[in-house]
Amino acid sequence: MKLLKTVYLLVASSLLLSSCKSEPKKEIAMADNSSIYIKGTIDAELTSPPFVPAPVGNRTAKKLLIDMEILEKEGTMTDGVQYVYWTFGGSVPGSFIRARVGDEIEFTLSNHPDNKLPHNIDMHAVTGPGGGATSSFVAPGHKKTFSFKALNPGLFVYHCATAPVGMHIANGMYGLILIEPEGGLPKVDKEYYIMQGDFYTKGATDEKGLQAFDMTKAIKEDADYVVFNGKVGALTGDNAITANVGETVRLFVGNGGPNLTSSFHVIGEIFDKVHIEGGSMINENVQTTSIPSGGAAIVEFKVEVPGTFIIVDHAIFRAFNKGALGMLKVTGEENKKLYSGVKQEGIYHPEGGTIQTMPNNDKKKVAVSNVEKPLAKKIADGKQIYMTTCFACHQAEGQGIPNAFPPLAKSDYLNADVKRAVGIVLHGKTGEITVNGKKYNSVMTRQTLTEEEVADVLTYVYNSWGNNKTNVSVNTVKEVKNSH
Amino acid sequence: MKTILRLTICLFLLNATYTSCQSKMVQINGGEYLPLYGRDSLNVKIDDFLMDVYPVTNKEYVAFVKKYPKWQRSKVIKLFADESYLREWKSDTILGENQKENSPITQVSWFAAKDYCEYQGKRLPTVDEWEYVAMANKTIPDARREEAYNQFILSWYEKPKTFNQTIGSTFKNYWNVYDLHGLVWEWTIDFNSVLVSGESRKDVDTDNNLFCGSAAVNATDLMNYAAFMRYAIRGSLKAKYTIKNLGFRCVKDTKK
Repeated sequence: MKLLKTVYLLVASSLLLSSCKSEPKKEIAMADNSSIYIKGTIDAELTSPPFVPAPVGNRTAKKLLIDMEILEKEGTMTDGVQYVYWTFGGSVPGSFIRARVGDEIEFTLSNHPDNKLPHNIDMHAVTGPGGGATSSFVAPGHKKTFSFKALNPGLFVYHCATAPVGMHIANGMYGLILIEPEGGLPKVDKEYYIMQGDFYTKGATDEKGLQAFDMTKAIKEDADYVVFNGKVGALTGDNAITANVGETVRLFVGNGGPNLTSSFHVIGEIFDKVHIEGGSMINENVQTTSIPSGGAAIVEFKVEVPGTFIIVDHAIFRAFNKGALGMLKVTGEENKKLYSGVKQEGIYHPEGGTIQTMPNNDKKKVAVSNVEKPLAKKIADGKQIYMTTCFACHQAEGQGIPNAFPPLAKSDYLNADVKRAVGIVLHGKTGEITVNGKKYNSVMTRQTLTEEEVADVLTYVYNSWGNNKTNVSVNTVKEVKNSH
Repeated sequence: MKTILRLTICLFLLNATYTSCQSKMVQINGGEYLPLYGRDSLNVKIDDFLMDVYPVTNKEYVAFVKKYPKWQRSKVIKLFADESYLREWKSDTILGENQKENSPITQVSWFAAKDYCEYQGKRLPTVDEWEYVAMANKTIPDARREEAYNQFILSWYEKPKTFNQTIGSTFKNYWNVYDLHGLVWEWTIDFNSVLVSGESRKDVDTDNNLFCGSAAVNATDLMNYAAFMRYAIRGSLKAKYTIKNLGFRCVKDTKK
């Protein structure tokens, strides 16, 4: 029995000992990074977004020289909206810096002579007071140099920290510095640099002209623009990032803030790997990753099928109303096994109706009713029906939505044939039509309205927006309905 | 005939004010004010003084270096002005092609500005004097809480290359002084008495009465972030620095 106790104690104490040992080991690893021997000097390659410098690979640690210029300059926030950006290296976000653990980074910050303000840089990759801000405070027309040893691997934000700090960040003074681990990150096919930021303008969102920074909105965190890479559309259309089917993509994603946390998401992709908060912990199979302001994440995924993948802040109004929208265009062979595309298309009737049929020519005699409302009453009632039923597609002034829903205002198609119009409201419509010289090919579902309601709404439409003032009677509606 | 005579007199008068106004001074009545960095107990007393109506111009500075060649670009002692001193000038006494005679002189060091004022029998203003006059808008002596006034200042800070404008192109304030905001930063005699370490957030714990940026909660004038930027620029300077956006004007004590 005693023997058993002794053995037990021995085992327990050895366990304790080993666990004690493992912790100091980590500290030793840190100490190792500070004493990594550097060999030689190189100039850093700096890139503007969405591009990143070539991977570090397994090169030895070096003295890495970085020369970065601060420029205050006017740029475009979105079409017709100008903004004075304060930039590191001429772009928002600032130039991407790529280094490795153990590098001794000698950083020179130059403040262009035409600039109005002093600036500095706080790099979260720096272990030292102010992240370098104390040593880099520089007046216009001057430059400052300081150096630091890269001790921790990870993806880090840098930003300006001159008073008022929030304003310097809100004007675009932020960027990313990547410190690769020993031996470099695993190889991938494509790498890109994306950084979110929120902007606050004196005018409302989309108000034209040169917009000044608005401190009150900034304090209220009421952003007018939330964007990737400094402006609306920096990553869409021709500016979209690209990849080929079968390739692995790595995104270095930062969030400059100043205020908002990003819910970073790529529509139609699942991140195979996420370096949480840009650090060493890896999460797998992630839909949306949270990136705090002043934080970053590395996301990796393989693109299996072609198409356009939309990059968003999944706080979704920011994406569709404030600009936080980008595109990854993937080209290559389709893979129907993974994604079929559209298989079939049709009209959906919740009440179980069949797909609409077009009117035929057999006409039947209809009993004529004499109950007709006065015109003004019909128009008033019709307007109410329009606003609840038709408004969403055809819009308040009957102007329609370009390329999607045809206009009702001054519509040649509508005015040409009242019975056809009644038929469409009763039965729905698919297929191509030409309205005022423009082709539309969309779906209008059958409307569940009474005969009287159909007459009212059409009378309203015919008596609005420059149409031919037809008074559609209930009898006409009945006639069309019974002609089937 | 009478009209012509009147016109001539008018023109003459206009011309006279134009030529003399450049070094004209106006009376500033002293008083007490609470600086941005202050607390109630820290009201600063300002004595009466005279202040230049406009910043010193290129033309005036050309005349100055002709009279005092030690301040010419090729002769200046490096200890007193960095290598950007009067850099855009064509030569020691000729302005650069894009420089206007009536634009404010910039790219001069604190040493040069100080000397200039002393040769005129004047001196550079203190930070407190400068801020005291500059807190006035067109109609009231302390407009720091007026939204429009702050907007004007801030929109200037975000407007590039205002140093190319001419003097008098902004507004005349309560004291009849022009261009304190809207053209260029200005040297003060004690610009470096307010110590900014360069790391604005750090300045919170040092007890030197300056709160910047994130520390603004402690300031008496929360929304006056424009002033924070002036303190930031002053904090980034050294006396030999010369900057494209930085000029000066002189003041003079009033004999009682």
